Amino acid sequence: MTQLIAAADLADRANPDGPSGSTAAVAKKIEGRTPLQLAWARLKKDRVSMVSLITIGLLVLIAIFADVITDHVVGHPPNLQYRDVPSGLRPDGLPFGPNGTFWLGTDGLGRDVLSRVIHGTRVSLIVGVLATGIAVIIGITVGIASGYYGGKIDTLLARTMDVFLSFPFLLFAISLVSVFQPSLKISIFVIAFFTWANVGRIVRGQVLSIREKEYIEAARSLGAGDVRIMVVDVLPNLIAPIIVYSTLLVPTAIVFEATLSFLGLGVIPPTPTWGNMINDSVSYYQQVPTFLLFPSLALFITTLAFNLLGDGLRDALDPRAARVLARK
Amino acid sequence: MGRFIIRRALFGFLVLFVISLAVFVLFFVVAPGDPAANFVGKNPSPEQIQQARVKYNLDKPVPQQYLLYVGRLFQGDLGYSFRNEEPVRKTLQDRLPITASLALGAAVVWLLIGIPIGILAATKPRSLRDRAATVFALGGLSIPTFVIGLLFLYFFFYVFRVKFGIDLFPGSGYVPLTEDPLQWALHLILPWFALALVSAASYSRITRGSLLEVLGEDYIRTARAKGLSERRVTYRHGLRSALTPVVTLLGIDVGTLLGGAIVTESVFGLGGIGQLAVQSVTIGDLPVIFGTVLLAAFFIVIANILVDIVYALLDSRVRLA
Repeated sequence: MTQLIAAADLADRANPDGPSGSTAAVAKKIEGRTPLQLAWARLKKDRVSMVSLITIGLLVLIAIFADVITDHVVGHPPNLQYRDVPSGLRPDGLPFGPNGTFWLGTDGLGRDVLSRVIHGTRVSLIVGVLATGIAVIIGITVGIASGYYGGKIDTLLARTMDVFLSFPFLLFAISLVSVFQPSLKISIFVIAFFTWANVGRIVRGQVLSIREKEYIEAARSLGAGDVRIMVVDVLPNLIAPIIVYSTLLVPTAIVFEATLSFLGLGVIPPTPTWGNMINDSVSYYQQVPTFLLFPSLALFITTLAFNLLGDGLRDALDPRAARVLARK
Repeated sequence: MGRFIIRRALFGFLVLFVISLAVFVLFFVVAPGDPAANFVGKNPSPEQIQQARVKYNLDKPVPQQYLLYVGRLFQGDLGYSFRNEEPVRKTLQDRLPITASLALGAAVVWLLIGIPIGILAATKPRSLRDRAATVFALGGLSIPTFVIGLLFLYFFFYVFRVKFGIDLFPGSGYVPLTEDPLQWALHLILPWFALALVSAASYSRITRGSLLEVLGEDYIRTARAKGLSERRVTYRHGLRSALTPVVTLLGIDVGTLLGGAIVTESVFGLGGIGQLAVQSVTIGDLPVIFGTVLLAAFFIVIANILVDIVYALLDSRVRLA
């Protein structure tokens, strides 16, 4: 019962303008609201988070419809080198800044920067989401097993994670990439390879305390097996930290990919990525600073949106934080 | 304490062993092509390759090759660079001061920016200045180091020189501290700040979170009840324990950077360990790659051990096990 009251309390705080007059209405509302729904209600009230979410939604649309947009709206395919009419290069061989034909200017080979920035969204989001997804799945599996079983299994798995965290990861990543030849797949693999242990360590820490809770003991006394307890009783309690952490891992993975591309060890040209565009711009940015600016801006907006959303999610998913907020 | 340090050191050894094995397997077993071909010049004759194979023990079984390689490591022999035949150990020794100057200077910068911002934010949570600190932190975390480095180069090197005629910051290169301290600092100011920005942002977040938590504890209320000034409560009582996670992170970050600040060194043309690593990876200079990876891992391991010891000393609740 106290839980119900607390839930109603939270719902009211999350929705102070909403109808909260009659007790019947409140009772009805309680029934329908899961913790995630409550969190969503809190998130919706946070303007910064909603703007970030919309931005991310737009970026996803841009990534999906990149071909349509560049071919029909911009009118310049990303890899076409404009040499004649219209020319993408000035008479002195330097790229153009923004102008009527090339809205964000051109690059060193006379290609349209806008089209390439649009297509770069694709690589960044694919790498960001897939690498994070793989890292989170491995991290959750290893982290839960390590924290739940304890003993020798925990020692082995926790030490394995420690070893992974001790790797000079960027250095090792570029070695791996150079051996296997740079590609999209290798970038995703390498990033996941060096981030899963971070997830695993956080999950393990959470599981260590969840394991001691009475409801786990209750589940065991009802005859539930280890796997069932891990999936049904432990995992749902990890959803909040995992959502927050995954959201914050995506920008890390995106920056990691951009760094690999910038060092010439990411996705191979001519596929446009923000990282290799910034690398291309190094030779020209003194004369044409916009060439450096636009891919950097795209990278910044994307990572910022994910970081802000992650920050908002942390507040929204933490009922304790929300109450502090309401009191002050 | 002694047993604790020994245990940590043994684990450190294990980490170095695993990493050296991983690098070895990666380049000698997994890598496509004949490893012996890396040890000879372009268009070698079969005899030359055979010679190299025998000379570098590549004709022996792989496990034996690894043991021979580790055996040489213990004698301090990291081999010779393919590119210029220089001993790898000497190359690393020559490059380390550059990376160390960069890493330590940047650490000072990010501590001086990050911690005060974190304190300002935590002492007045949810105020305007707390929001400003959050904006700084999330913005700073969202700008990759190479972007901020290039922007610095554009504004402080190029625009300053061309538009204002101020030729203050060099665009690249390094001058040893012992040769000319002023030039040393001028060459490093832009790299320091570029490298420090992301860390300053995350350190401000950590300081804020940690200090907020500590300021909510009972002993802080006791200190306030004794009538101590808010300043004294915050700095003497609160900050002291709030900085424990910062110290931990600092050790690991500096340890990692000492093994090569790859991105910053590449952007600013500083020939430290990081740039050496990228160059040797690009041209396949195996002995140098091994050397840099092992050196970097060594620093990370040492940093982890030091951090654990400092942590145990700072926080009496940690049991040494």
